[in-house]
Order: sequence, then structure tokens, then C-alpha cells
Amino acid sequence: MRITQGCFSFLPDLTDDQIRSQVQYCIDKGWAVNLEYTDDPHPRNTYWEMWDLPMFDIKDAAGVLLELDACRKAHAGRYYIRLSAFDASPGWESVRLSFIVERPKDEPGFRLLRTEGAGRNQIYSTQSYAVDRPESERYDA
Amino acid sequence: MTSEKEPAARSRFSAGVMEYRKMGYWQPDYAPSDTDLIACFRVTPQDGVDPIEASAAVAGESSTATWTVVWTDRLTACDKYRAKCYRVDPVPNSPGSWFAFIAYELDLFEPGSIANLSASIIGNVFGFKPLKALRLEDMRLPVAYVKTFQGPATGIVVERERLDKFGRPLLGATVKPKLGLSGRNYGRVVYEALKGGLDFTKDDENINSQPFMHWRERFLYCMEAVNRAQAATGEVKGSYLNVTAATMEDMYERAEFAKELGSVVIMADLVIGYTAIQSMAKWARRNDTILHLHRAGHSTYTRQKIHGVSFRVIAKWMRLAGVDHIHAGTVVGKLEGDPATTRGYYDICREDFIPQQLEHGIFFDQHWASLNKLMPVASGGIHAGQMHQLLDYFGEDVVLQFGGGTIGHPMGIAAGATANRVALEAMVFARNAGRDTLAEGQTILEEAARSCAPLRQALEVWKDVTFDYASTDSPDFVPSVTPAE
Repeated sequence: MRITQGCFSFLPDLTDDQIRSQVQYCIDKGWAVNLEYTDDPHPRNTYWEMWDLPMFDIKDAAGVLLELDACRKAHAGRYYIRLSAFDASPGWESVRLSFIVERPKDEPGFRLLRTEGAGRNQIYSTQSYAVDRPESERYDA
Repeated sequence: MTSEKEPAARSRFSAGVMEYRKMGYWQPDYAPSDTDLIACFRVTPQDGVDPIEASAAVAGESSTATWTVVWTDRLTACDKYRAKCYRVDPVPNSPGSWFAFIAYELDLFEPGSIANLSASIIGNVFGFKPLKALRLEDMRLPVAYVKTFQGPATGIVVERERLDKFGRPLLGATVKPKLGLSGRNYGRVVYEALKGGLDFTKDDENINSQPFMHWRERFLYCMEAVNRAQAATGEVKGSYLNVTAATMEDMYERAEFAKELGSVVIMADLVIGYTAIQSMAKWARRNDTILHLHRAGHSTYTRQKIHGVSFRVIAKWMRLAGVDHIHAGTVVGKLEGDPATTRGYYDICREDFIPQQLEHGIFFDQHWASLNKLMPVASGGIHAGQMHQLLDYFGEDVVLQFGGGTIGHPMGIAAGATANRVALEAMVFARNAGRDTLAEGQTILEEAARSCAPLRQALEVWKDVTFDYASTDSPDFVPSVTPAE
């Protein structure tokens, strides 16, 4: 399966040039770009690991792409990497754009666990097959 | 327009009938204060009725007046409680109609109650015999009053954080056919649409609890579908479970069941009434649930500009009342929607400050004082081939709902959903990359369709579908010219 979190998961995987165009859009809007990675892509896993701090002061997308390369060197294949842009302006103070830029080759997907509840109620639980293995050993590079 | 001299108290309050303009309801010198609530009415008096007298009567009948003088006024600070009409302008290009501006003292209204606000402003006066027709065009809500309301239970920012979806419009679809599906069949549509790429599916406004599908069946099968789609995609998914019912007790029961099943969102119809909506908004905030509102019934009083209440007023009331989503028009779809007027509605929902903009039908500056933003929903007769126009008109903080445009896809519901999602992501990507999406829209869609057969088919099937009719509700204004200094 293909996890479709993020803004552009239904498009073919983005090239570096395409990523750069989106990063520059964020920078031009005054948003801070941030890289995060995880090997637990549960839809409600909010806090992916931060690749250093958000890049508040980088004004050129090329700088972000350098960081992305470094992050890929450390984690590509074994982790998902996403790029988020944070808007600190009043009334927002939140993420304004977020998309996956790197994903493991094989994505095993999620199992849906059901527990019988009262009446016909099912209590559902979603779990990535990958998390059956310990952290950092979940995907084969 | 001359001011009427306030008669001496003794003659002012002697028994009998007196013109409203002479009772203090017409005060052309009055400067509204920051805490006044201001309303703009379109007044169409009966033939022979003076427009100022008619407008003063509107002020009177929507505040303290009755048809005759009452001595008991003198027991009150009646000058304060009287609404004051301070300006009457002819409506451009509409002989016989006038815009009347009326200021209301804040103490006339119960804090945090749309029921009280609306009972005051639109309670009696719309049936007043000396008027042929009356329309409430817009309302300036003072910050002091705004702050007495909860506002949207969740708001755009938190809704996005909760759903983990940023940077693009959300995608939805209303399950069709709207009536007749069993719970089991209904859930099938939900599953296919969500798995195919939509964020939300939606009950229609008249899906409540009918012989063909009891509400509990719908909720149970919808949540099975939501959870299956969530596991199939790794994304948070939702289905607006309509809790509209005959009584508040029934609605609470349904909402509680939706919560028990883990739904991120519930829904109600505008026809449940303002108080019920406020109650559900409070419930939604207490229970971490998004509240979707379908504006069922609104066109009975919003559509004709001569009489009724403009939707921009309803949108303001609903932002105060605390819903998270509201249907606000599509411009390009099958339902009424002049582009400029619709733009005004979207601004009312999403901005923190909206300046007066007569060309959008906005008569007053409006400050929302950080009240949560309300996500507008574009729904009704839209399809993937219009994606560039939709993104251009509405930006990204909107739910685009393609009902027929998902479920009617020749390759099936999931394919229809995928077509919409691919078209949407491609258009947002192109816009961010600096392309002129409005001019190049068709090209961008065709490029995206090269690697997506469902989108190719969608573009082919619906390529000629447009709904191009004249609007019945467009702003009446004269572009004003600022003289050179």
C-alpha cells in the first residue's frame, strides 16, 4: 500500500526540483520549513522525530534541500521523511503545508483490530504492521 | 433629510398614534458607537409610504415600539433602548427600495444568544403592513457582543491539526442516492469514497432515521467504513453523521453514539433552529468533535434580494453559534451563487477582520476578535474539471464536496474519489510552484491525468457540464469615487 498522508501523496513521488518549488513557496510566504522522520506512520502519530530545529532563518530553498539530503543520508529507506511549513502569524500559528518527501520502498500497511463492544459496537484499533519490529529496524533499506 | 425635532415630553407621550420618525426612531445626526449593533435593511415601503417613516418604523418595531404611544416608556431609559435609524439611502438601480441603517444599543440583547438576537431584529417587523418587503442585508456585530459567544467548536486551525491535513482544500462527497440505501449499502459508498482519496463523506440533510435505514445502522456501518478506509490509507478519515432529529434528547443520544463509535465529526441541519445549533456546538466542543452544518432551508429566505435575510447574516450568526463547517456556495455548481456575493460569505467565515466591501455585499467593517474560523463548504454540482476555478475562487481553507462528481464516475466510486484527489493535489502543487492555474487549468489537469486513468475519464465525462444562469442575489452598489485631495 501507499500511505496517503500529506498534501501530495496522490502525485508521483516528487523530484528534488519539484520539492524545491514547494519549499520556495513556503519560504516566500514567511513560513519556517521543518524536516521530520518516523518509522511509525500511524495516522495519529503527531510527533515525528525532528531533524534539527525548524529552519526559521533559511531564505533559499537550496539550503533546505541540503538539509534534506543530509536527513536522507541518515534515514532514507528506513524512515518516512516529511517536510512541513510552519506559519507563526496571528490566527494561524500552525502548520500550513506538509508533505512526504521520502518513504520506505515497501509499505506493509495497517491492520485493523476489532474488539466486540456492547450491542453491535466494534472498538477499532489501527496498527502499522511495521511496528511489530523494534524502532529503527522496521523497514529494510 | 431633515431631523425631526423631539417634541416636549408631555406631548410626546400623550395617548394616541404618532409617526415613528417623531418618536425618536429617526435620528440622522446619530453617530453609532463601537458597542452598538448595526443592521442594514433593504426597505420597500407600500406605495405612498415615506421611506424615512418606513425605516423609522423598522427601527421601532425591531426595538421598543408598538403601534401606539405608551406612557410606560417613561418608566424606562427609553432613549437608550430605542433603535435609531440614522441613514436612509436609495438602493442603486432599484426604484422604490431604500437601504436603512439602524443602530441598536448593546443592552437590547442577551449575551451569547442567537435566538434573542434574531427575535429582536427579525422577530415581528418582516410582516409589518406598511412595507411591501423587507430584507436584512448585513449586520455589524460589535466586538463586545462577539465575545459573548463560544464560536466554532473546533475552528479551521484545530480541525486541520486534528485531521493532520494541511495546505489543500479538504475533499468530501455526499452519499447518493440521498434516500433509500440500507445501512449496509450506505457504508459501502462511504468506504469506497474514503479509500479512493476523500477526507470526508457526508449524510445528506434529509438522511435522519427512516424506514429504509435506522440511524444506528447508518452510524455503525459508516464507522466500519471509516475505520477500514483509515487502515487502507494511513490517513484520518471522517463521515459527517447527521444527528438532526425531532428533539434535543434524540440529537444528544445520536451525538453520544457517534462519539462512542469514535467519529471525528457530526452534522446537523440549519432547520433544527438556532438554539439547537448552539447546544450542539457546545456539545461538540465538550466532546472534541467537529460540527458540520448543512444550511437546509436557507434559500426560502435568503435567495430573493427583495425580502428575507441575506445569507451573509446567517453566516455571521452561524460563526457566533459555533458550527465548524457551513455550506456557503460553489459559484460554478448547480446552486445559487453570484461570485462576488459568495466571496463575501467566504470572507465572513474565514477572516478575522473583514473591511466594508460593497461589491461583495459587505456593508460594514467586521472584527471577529479571534473567534475561531469557520470552514466553508462548496457543494452541489461540482466536478474535477473545475478544480482550477474552485481553487482560485475559494483558496485552500474550504471543503470541496463532489457528490455526483465522485459517485457518478464511470469506473466506480473509489475511482471518482481518486480523480478528485489527484486533480486537487496537482492544482495546489502547480499553484505553489508559481503557475497561473486559472489560465493553465485545463493543461494542468491533462498533465495530471496522464498518470491517472480515473482523472482522464472524469474529465471526459463531465467536460461540458456547467451551470451558467443569472444570479438572483447579487450586490446592489455604485462604485464610489474618492475625490483627489
